[in-house]
Amino acid sequence: MRLNKIILSFVSALVILFSTSVASFAKVVGDKIILGAAISLTGKYSSNGVHTQNGYNMAVDRINSMGGVKVGGKTYKFDIIYYDDESNPKRAAQLAERLISQDGVEFMLGPYSSGLTKAIAPVTEKYGVPMVEANGASRSLFTKGYKYLFAVLAPANLYLDVAIETAVELNGGKPVRIAQAFEQDAFSQDVRLGILDAAERTGSKIIIDDKLPKELNDMAATLVKVKQMKPDVLVVSGHTKGALTAIRQIAEMKVDVPMLAMTHCDAAKLSKQHGKNSQYALCASQWHKSLTYKDDFFKDGMTYAADFEKEFGYDPPYQSAESSAALLVFKDAFERANSFDQKKVRDALAATNMQTFYGNIKFAPGGQNVDKPMVLFQVMCDASGKCENKVVAPLKWASAKLIHPIPKWSER
Amino acid sequence: MDFLVFQYPMITVQACLDGILLGVLFALIAYGMALQWGVMNIINIAQGDLVILGGYIAYFMYLYGIHPAWGVIVAPVIMYFVGIAIYKLVINKVVDRDLFISILATFGISILFMQLMNFAFGADVVLANSGYGTTMLFDNNVVLPNSKIFSAFISILFAICLVIYMKKSKLGRAIRATAQNARAAKILGVDTEKVYAATFGINAALCGVAGALISITFTIHPYMGLPYTIRSFMIVIVAGLGNLPGVAMSGMGLGVFEEFADYILGTEFRIGSVFLLLVLILVYRRFKLSRKREYLK
Repeated sequence: MRLNKIILSFVSALVILFSTSVASFAKVVGDKIILGAAISLTGKYSSNGVHTQNGYNMAVDRINSMGGVKVGGKTYKFDIIYYDDESNPKRAAQLAERLISQDGVEFMLGPYSSGLTKAIAPVTEKYGVPMVEANGASRSLFTKGYKYLFAVLAPANLYLDVAIETAVELNGGKPVRIAQAFEQDAFSQDVRLGILDAAERTGSKIIIDDKLPKELNDMAATLVKVKQMKPDVLVVSGHTKGALTAIRQIAEMKVDVPMLAMTHCDAAKLSKQHGKNSQYALCASQWHKSLTYKDDFFKDGMTYAADFEKEFGYDPPYQSAESSAALLVFKDAFERANSFDQKKVRDALAATNMQTFYGNIKFAPGGQNVDKPMVLFQVMCDASGKCENKVVAPLKWASAKLIHPIPKWSER
Repeated sequence: MDFLVFQYPMITVQACLDGILLGVLFALIAYGMALQWGVMNIINIAQGDLVILGGYIAYFMYLYGIHPAWGVIVAPVIMYFVGIAIYKLVINKVVDRDLFISILATFGISILFMQLMNFAFGADVVLANSGYGTTMLFDNNVVLPNSKIFSAFISILFAICLVIYMKKSKLGRAIRATAQNARAAKILGVDTEKVYAATFGINAALCGVAGALISITFTIHPYMGLPYTIRSFMIVIVAGLGNLPGVAMSGMGLGVFEEFADYILGTEFRIGSVFLLLVLILVYRRFKLSRKREYLK
């Protein structure tokens, strides 16, 4: 009996010793800065989760091979502990807890999607763990007063308001009639709010305002309304499902509309899945490889895209590019803070003002990046049916001229 | 906005046609559900996932350069054997137990299928292009994608074949006998075990056909199965078991009702209004039943 007790206390002492030693060394082990990330490697976000992870990994390898991070005269290398959050917000929050309290991670990278970032942010905030996230654009993330959350991407409400402004401009400055259909989820509804703002600013009128169900796969009713009421702009946002469904049914129902603006075109591989039917669609994007931003690690968008393709075998979607940028932001902040103190790193992050291949990065007090405009590209196809995304707005980066109005189906 | 239907009268025609074409497709899935519910007393929560799996079969044919419409023939054949396999592995162990157990078991199958499909095919939303074009009616005011017309046509064709099969074939008669009284059928020499397996296989095959049609008309995704389960469940509830004309009518009726709800109440109330209708129908049925009971007293 007594022997049992002795063994038990010995084992528990070992466990305690082991766990504290792990915790106290985990943030920086030897020459390694360990970051934590819960990523959707399975579940419904798994494809974008993998894009995110590839972006992170690519940047880690690049930064490490180019001299690492210099803090206090010593060189450190990045390392990331990944957990699979199964595309489930509850699981993501649990994993964030585990990363912080069990693995002792003191700096976090964001998950994929606004919903999961929303689940994790309260946890990182509670522990004062700085998190740089690259895939949560929902406006509500930046209005909660989070101090430790930094997003390298532009918030969701800015996704498509450029399209409305462009439409008004092309209409000779006169207001336009807008038809919109948005999925009922946090992200798409934020995009909708942006359109409402833009409509109010330009005096435009919203004549159709449909909210699509989450399991959306049929937009015929909305499109019938569009056909009858003939708006100047049709705006659709509903992740990849929305983009694919819209293009399929617009083509099948021969809906003529002068401007069609959407989100998630490149994630949906629109031009690959729909070919010429997707032609002329305008798509909001955080990044495009033809933008001319530069940095020392990836040089520019074109080089990044080429390197990425060499390593992972596909053209990088913006989800990967923004994830890579998050690491560049962390490196910059560590070096400026010249410390691993979480408060100091947090303050350094807040003072970030830099250019990366992905765009300029400067955080507003709410944590969103205010220095990088969204770009709009248009799907353009040549006679052989090969389609490409070409940047058409803002004009500074435009590689092609916007085709407006979209030719009627009867003339195509 | 609320009175769009009156402002643009062509919308009424469009809504009716859209609803009927959609409803026929749903009715096909619901018929499979009604069949195995009636015969085996099992509510199959994995119904929608079987549909999606059928859709992936057509999608892969499309990827390999075969026209996805052939999926209508290939998918049911493959899905029949998938159905038999599911029956042998899981369903035969729960077939005589109470409804709750079977719901749990098929719910488990549903989750397993979702994850397996996600693992095998990825989480991307995909579709198969049929290139069927569009039919324009009434001076281009009413548009019907030919893929939807094709879907409805194939659904009706399969439903008719099935009805004839159930009436004329030996297995069909055995299935009907088992549905009426499994014990009596057994005593009279029907191999109910075989009947159950075949029923589940036929249900899976019907799901396969519907899935192939859905990949042509809509989009598919590993996690999109549940709405199809719910929709077919509702159609069966409204129509009652073993009532094929009822299933077809309630499928089309729900389709049309849904389209009108969309135009009159707004897209966000589309699904909600269908649920409301379901509740009303159940209340009405209960009311009718209770009246009958009083009469019997």
